[in-house]
Amino acid sequence: MSSRTAGGLPPPLPSPVRRGRAGWGRAALPALPALVLLFAFFLFPVVRMLGFSIEDGSLDWYAKALGEELYLRVFWNTFEIALLVTVICLLVGYPLGFLIATTTPGWATLGFIFVLLPLWTSVLVRTYAWMVLLGRNGVFNRWLIEAGVIADPIPMLNNFTGVLIGMVHVLLPYMVLPVYGAVRRLDPALVAAAEGLGASSWSIFWRIYLPLTLPGIFAGATIVFVLSLGFFITPALLGGGKVMMLAVLIEQQIHQTLNWPFAAALSAVLLALTLGVYSLAQAFTRQEARP
Amino acid sequence: MASRSADLRVEGLVKRFGEVVALDGVSLDIASGELLTILGPSGSGKTTLLKVVAGFETPDAGSVRVDGTDITTLPPARRDIGMVFQNYALFPHLTVARNVAFPLEMRNVGKAEIERRVAEALELVELEGYGRRLPRQLSGGQQQRVALARAIVFNPRLLLLDEPFGALDRKLRETMQLEVRRLQRRLGLTTIFITHDQEEALVLSDRIAVMNKGSIEQVASTTEIYERPANDFVADFVGESNIFHGTVTEVGSVTLDSGRRLLIAHPASVGSRVGVLMRPERFGRGANSFNGEVKEAVYLGSSIKLRLACDAGMELIVRQPSGALPAIGSRISVGIEPESIHVF
Repeated sequence: MSSRTAGGLPPPLPSPVRRGRAGWGRAALPALPALVLLFAFFLFPVVRMLGFSIEDGSLDWYAKALGEELYLRVFWNTFEIALLVTVICLLVGYPLGFLIATTTPGWATLGFIFVLLPLWTSVLVRTYAWMVLLGRNGVFNRWLIEAGVIADPIPMLNNFTGVLIGMVHVLLPYMVLPVYGAVRRLDPALVAAAEGLGASSWSIFWRIYLPLTLPGIFAGATIVFVLSLGFFITPALLGGGKVMMLAVLIEQQIHQTLNWPFAAALSAVLLALTLGVYSLAQAFTRQEARP
Repeated sequence: MASRSADLRVEGLVKRFGEVVALDGVSLDIASGELLTILGPSGSGKTTLLKVVAGFETPDAGSVRVDGTDITTLPPARRDIGMVFQNYALFPHLTVARNVAFPLEMRNVGKAEIERRVAEALELVELEGYGRRLPRQLSGGQQQRVALARAIVFNPRLLLLDEPFGALDRKLRETMQLEVRRLQRRLGLTTIFITHDQEEALVLSDRIAVMNKGSIEQVASTTEIYERPANDFVADFVGESNIFHGTVTEVGSVTLDSGRRLLIAHPASVGSRVGVLMRPERFGRGANSFNGEVKEAVYLGSSIKLRLACDAGMELIVRQPSGALPAIGSRISVGIEPESIHVF
């Protein structure tokens, strides 16, 4: 209790007009534990890690990361995979989210279970499961051979395809949920109105549903893309070291070559890229929202 | 705008939602160019009836015919019915002009033609120059007008209005009511208007259909509904009323259940059970006189409203021309002519 209230008088109401620094301080107080936690376990390690990259007083490690063709190819690779994963997630996730949002409650629950159950399972477990399914002697290849569809096993593990399949599976819920939310927020009366005014189902989708759920699509795409950029476990395990993404490269630099300054520089670039993509998306969304 | 208004006939409509019977055999005829109001409390089935006519619900039994053609199973998109929803349902991402153009675009009308008709429709609802705004930049009344313009721009065969003025304040509501009436007359558009507000129904309609529990209690002109309601429900729902029940003991006289005798002009046959309705504003002087204690007195500007406790436990609501309020607890006498008593 402050001394002001000690005399038994009620504290003066904070004036809404003159809410200065003191007002902000009071507002921030409940967030203090979270802020301390963030600082100690997030901000500090990041800054410390970034420190590694410039410890010798030069930007040589950054020059290496951004200058050598080998590493630029990893950046490009990462972007390409992230983009592909985002597009596939969108193509699969939009219809799925849309369906779950518009079907009967029973089916919606079932759909939710299928979407959310993987989200509650460890990424590691799911990735190992994919290894069992996709391998040379994996479940899929054996089925296909037994069914006579193919003669030789299709390579689906330790390559680009495997990484894509795994990442799409892990990241799909992040696309489905925002789309689901956007479709649910749409006033059903709008759909009825469009129908009554003569719109076909096709027109209703293109003219009403799609434009009005665009924010959901955008949110989902941003999350999937940003998460893809820094994805590690799935590309590391399903790529078998042959698909080099940024996070995999960073891990190699730390564990195998023990080149911590270079790993730190790569991390810094990844962080900058991620923040860049994110703020770009933010700016775009804000523009969308403007009347 | 050329009118191609149609007449509507619904017959024996039944619609159940699980245990609930929303429509219990509803039949209704609406002439071309007529404005019919469906009046009823919430849950009376009036919105379900509208949805069946618009095609958003399929009835379990019965038929909907427009100009004699059965449209009961036709999807809404192919019915050519304009509808204004409770909360307008304007497309938030489209400008006013694009909202109004929507039904025309769906009908593949040419660009120049669309532009012309949209301008015409916006002019009709007095929103010229608002075409490029978004719905959220308009007031409630303006949004209402856009919804109306969108519902009539494609020359629909019917216009359906689902409690469209519920969200507007009283003044705006009265303006919009008159405007809808003007527009509807000018276009000669067959219109069904849904409301739970009896005053609104009286202002707007050619005829009123009073609905209750999924059935239509009475369909009649506004004066008929007010002056000569068919039963207790209609009498009670439309306007203020004093309703009593009794038996006709001799020609021109009813003995109420309370024992009180009333002189009536209605030629009801002796021995029959009847209801009697006395509208509050019909009291003054008359052959039937009541002496009662003033329990409540309210000044309403153009009139005063009294609640009187009369003999034999009868309570009367009485309206009188504006003047000084009688003291609570004082006794006054009022009368009513036999001709002013409605017997049903």
